[in-house]
Amino acid sequence: MNILTGNDLKTGDVVWWTGEAWSRHVSDAAEMGENAPDVMAREIAARTVSDCYLVDAERTAEGILPVHIKEKIRATGPTVRPDLKLAPPDPAAGNWVI
Amino acid sequence: MYKYDNYDQQMVDTRVAEFRDQVERRLAGKITEDQFKPLRLKNGLYLQLHAYMLRVAVPYGTLNSEQMRMLAHIARKYDRDYGHFTTRQNIQYNWIKLEDAPDILADLATVEMHAIQTSGNCIRNISSDQYAGAAADELVDPRPYAELLRQWSSFHPEFNYLPRKFKFAVIAADEDRAAMRLHDIGIQIVKNDTGEIGARYYAGGGMGRTPMIAPLIRDFVPIAELISYAEAILRVYNRYGRRDNKFKARIKILVHEMGAEPFIAEVEEEFKHLKGLNIDAPAAELERIKAYFADPLFEAGLPDEIDRSDPDFAVWLDQNTHPHKRPGYAVAVISLKPTDGIPGDASSAQIDLMADLAEEYSFDELRVTHAQNIVLPHVKKADLYAIWQKLDAAGLATPNLDLISDIIACPGLDYCSLANARSIPVAQKIAKRFADIDRQKELGELKLKISGCINACGHHHAGHIGILGVDRKGTENYQLLLGGSGAEDVSLAKITGPGFDEDGIVDAVEKVTEVYLGAREEGERFVDTYRRVGIDPFKEALYG
Ligand code: SF4
Repeated sequence: MNILTGNDLKTGDVVWWTGEAWSRHVSDAAEMGENAPDVMAREIAARTVSDCYLVDAERTAEGILPVHIKEKIRATGPTVRPDLKLAPPDPAAGNWVI
Repeated sequence: MYKYDNYDQQMVDTRVAEFRDQVERRLAGKITEDQFKPLRLKNGLYLQLHAYMLRVAVPYGTLNSEQMRMLAHIARKYDRDYGHFTTRQNIQYNWIKLEDAPDILADLATVEMHAIQTSGNCIRNISSDQYAGAAADELVDPRPYAELLRQWSSFHPEFNYLPRKFKFAVIAADEDRAAMRLHDIGIQIVKNDTGEIGARYYAGGGMGRTPMIAPLIRDFVPIAELISYAEAILRVYNRYGRRDNKFKARIKILVHEMGAEPFIAEVEEEFKHLKGLNIDAPAAELERIKAYFADPLFEAGLPDEIDRSDPDFAVWLDQNTHPHKRPGYAVAVISLKPTDGIPGDASSAQIDLMADLAEEYSFDELRVTHAQNIVLPHVKKADLYAIWQKLDAAGLATPNLDLISDIIACPGLDYCSLANARSIPVAQKIAKRFADIDRQKELGELKLKISGCINACGHHHAGHIGILGVDRKGTENYQLLLGGSGAEDVSLAKITGPGFDEDGIVDAVEKVTEVYLGAREEGERFVDTYRRVGIDPFKEALYG
């Protein structure tokens, strides 16, 4: 499956397309169907997310994750600083939790 | 240390205002990412694996404590409380927000710092000997010449769009502590037979995917023509360097393809042409710059004896200090390579502490080394114990300078979007395997360098042991290289054979150290033994 990613323009944070909006949590990512080019074109034109591209992903025990290690690390944070990893989504918290 | 004059300050302030406007337009959606990207890169702002990354220039690796404290402040206020010192003697922040970038640059400008020309196809920050002005073996302080080149190259209109990036190193000692011949231009300040100071020019060195050692281009350029000669080389490169292929665009390829002799002939021709144009700074300007680098007020008659009764201190003293040119003084090196740490990383509290130590004990000066450590260049021997105690309390007293755990490692796949494999975990595993300091000392000087991809920011070609991370069908794999050196005995490391996985590479490093221990002769370092016996015994142990 493919999922869509980019970087939030203001903060640079890695973000994932949920089908409706951008989320910082890869677990929120939606499988992109044939409408991927349309969504990409629209989002690039909106200029709030930089560097939009599709990533190969799979469903795992921990939820949706990119297949390639580079995108996996990009989705979850540096492997050498567990304290800097993105925590799982917490509805009670703000949208950026370290 | 150099102090900005009004021109310097105005240039930097103007650039901050210009970038603030560019960022505002980008955030307001008035310009696209394609339009904005070259503008942000001109200000050292990359988009990396997790966020924006800001690279701040530290000219020739020299800082005062006020600047160092500003680096800590930026880490604390705008980033995640740490910074990463790089192999180009700069500092990088990994978690910068675009909306904060103009404020960060404005803060930096208040202490005469910036991020200009830390990216893009221009002349980058000029690197130098981290012991400049302090080393017992230097001819003169190389930094005034580096500063002159900095001023010449800053916003140089002709060299703002070179075929590719361009890096200088300037040294003034026979011991090369700056990997000078692995730069696009390497300069050694020398004296000729009549006692006149001049520059020995090397050009066409570099690492990356096609590593080259820079050949000698001219043995002696009078110092009054230092800039003209650099200009001549840059002009030849700008004219003939390839722009059709990014991987063949560095000057090393040009020098190699043209051949050193024809390249030199072109440079000499251009140099002749430039001679009448008066582009060199007047002698008075060089003298003005030199005055900023005058020796601090060293005290005379200080004792050289040091109380070594604390055994842990004695280990650090032997390993992490370097001879100073003045009696009673030493150069102290702060290792940023604790066993479980990340090479080159320091927290804001550690950066502040190093600034405090510089202010109290080292005439307010610090240096960043290309090996990702920090130097206190001028400390009284009598103060070393107090310094060590404070470093030790902050986790900064690892006594491993130039030993196997003093590893250069690039950010690799943990941070870098160009990476093929992680560098930091490999560095950590090796440091752990060799954590016993006695074992490290038994191995002696051993420079281990790791890059996460062929771009070689971790200088793996110049490692006595080098490690290169590659992508093998989607998994991380590590090639082992042996026999490189970035020092005056410069050489390029050779690949031993098929790569290893993350644990396999740690075992492989251990095996080659065992071959060395078995084969070494009196006084030989790892690299000396390698050069004497060749690669075969190492290959045999690795692949048998
Ligand atoms: S060597 Fe490669 S992985 Fe390492 S920092 Fe440079 S570009 Fe990134």
